[in-house]
Amino acid sequence: MEIKFILNGKKMQVDAAPDLLLLDLLREKGCYSVKRGCETANCGLCTVLMDKKPVLSCSMLAVRADGHEIVTLEGMQREAEEFGSFLADQGAEQCGFCNPGFIMNVFAMLEEMKEPTEEEIGEYLAGNLCRCSGFMGQTRSILAFLKYKKEQREGGSDR
Amino acid sequence: MLKIKEYVKVNSLEEAYELNQKKSSRVLGGMVWMKMMNRSVGTAIDLSGLGLDTVKETEDEFVIGCMTSLRTLETHAGLNACTDGAVRESLRHIVGVQFRNCATAGGSIYGRFGFSDVLTMFLALDSYVELYKGGRISMEEFAEKKADRDILVNIIVKKHHQRSAYVSQRNAKTDFPVLACAVCLDEEGMRLSIGARPGRAALLKEKMDTPVNKKDMSAGEWNRQAELLAKKAAECVVTGSNMRASKEYRTHLVRVLTKRALLAAGGMENGN
Repeated sequence: MEIKFILNGKKMQVDAAPDLLLLDLLREKGCYSVKRGCETANCGLCTVLMDKKPVLSCSMLAVRADGHEIVTLEGMQREAEEFGSFLADQGAEQCGFCNPGFIMNVFAMLEEMKEPTEEEIGEYLAGNLCRCSGFMGQTRSILAFLKYKKEQREGGSDR
Repeated sequence: MLKIKEYVKVNSLEEAYELNQKKSSRVLGGMVWMKMMNRSVGTAIDLSGLGLDTVKETEDEFVIGCMTSLRTLETHAGLNACTDGAVRESLRHIVGVQFRNCATAGGSIYGRFGFSDVLTMFLALDSYVELYKGGRISMEEFAEKKADRDILVNIIVKKHHQRSAYVSQRNAKTDFPVLACAVCLDEEGMRLSIGARPGRAALLKEKMDTPVNKKDMSAGEWNRQAELLAKKAAECVVTGSNMRASKEYRTHLVRVLTKRALLAAGGMENGN
């Protein structure tokens, strides 16, 4: 079936098999940040944004992307670099395998909530599993990032 | 692996119903469960083009389209105000936001899964399903029915003067529940639903006085009532064992969670 969708700002037109999963299509198109970390729709590694909402690309048929806008980490390099430096500052991650899905969901969270509390952060990101860490570094890095963004908005950051 | 021969995004419910009469056809929900199955689907029927992904609120009910995501339900102000946040509580522990953006209300209810928080919650509310051919039937009747080839179109929740609460026990965060318990107190009395027994959620109805329909009920009296009801629930709700928990542990949880939910719904502090 022929589908049209927008991938990271570019118009795409592809012929997708009825049972092709969005995750596999995205990887075919070179978006290697999108990974299959589990087989049970649990790990969050395959998270992409569909019309700005985070979804599991491992569970979505590619044909369902027809007419929608998909964004992967490849389409958010500048933002990812900025936030990534906060993750690195806290030594939050070890292997980094879960990082792209995690970052995409952090961006989705910030789209929904301007200033989430630590509890809200924990709840929003509960579907992103990291097997190296205990999520503490990640939480610290988000809190630091939020503080930096707030200072930036208020015009007082020296970072 | 799930194999699909043909995918059809239908233009009408009639088209969906006709396609679904073939045994090899399947109606798609959010696919978070279905994609894990090892089966071949002839025609995958997609209802997502029919505008059934919203919650409509009227004077006396909520009409939830079958393609409404669990996340939409979780964040719906009206539905949560009406249920004291019980709907949100029943959903927020399910895997993650990304998962709940995919999973649909219709898929969760139609599947009548034993582990379902969603079915447990709706069973406690005065709710109905609207089937394309079968019309409106109560959630209680639907929960007991075997899967057939009809199309679940809407889920309806009637508004009452009510108080609700939802509690669940999990071995780990975001995992399936070991036991789930939903309570709704309304004009008539109590509706208690126990899920993840691990079988399909079961409903216990009782016409009785509660702090909702009897304004002057004292905290002590409701506490005693809650104790009795919890004991009764533990006696009559059938539980079983599986890899997550034993039958005995579940029955213990039925008593504890029922009491907690009743006290919370009754507007009183946790009595444990």
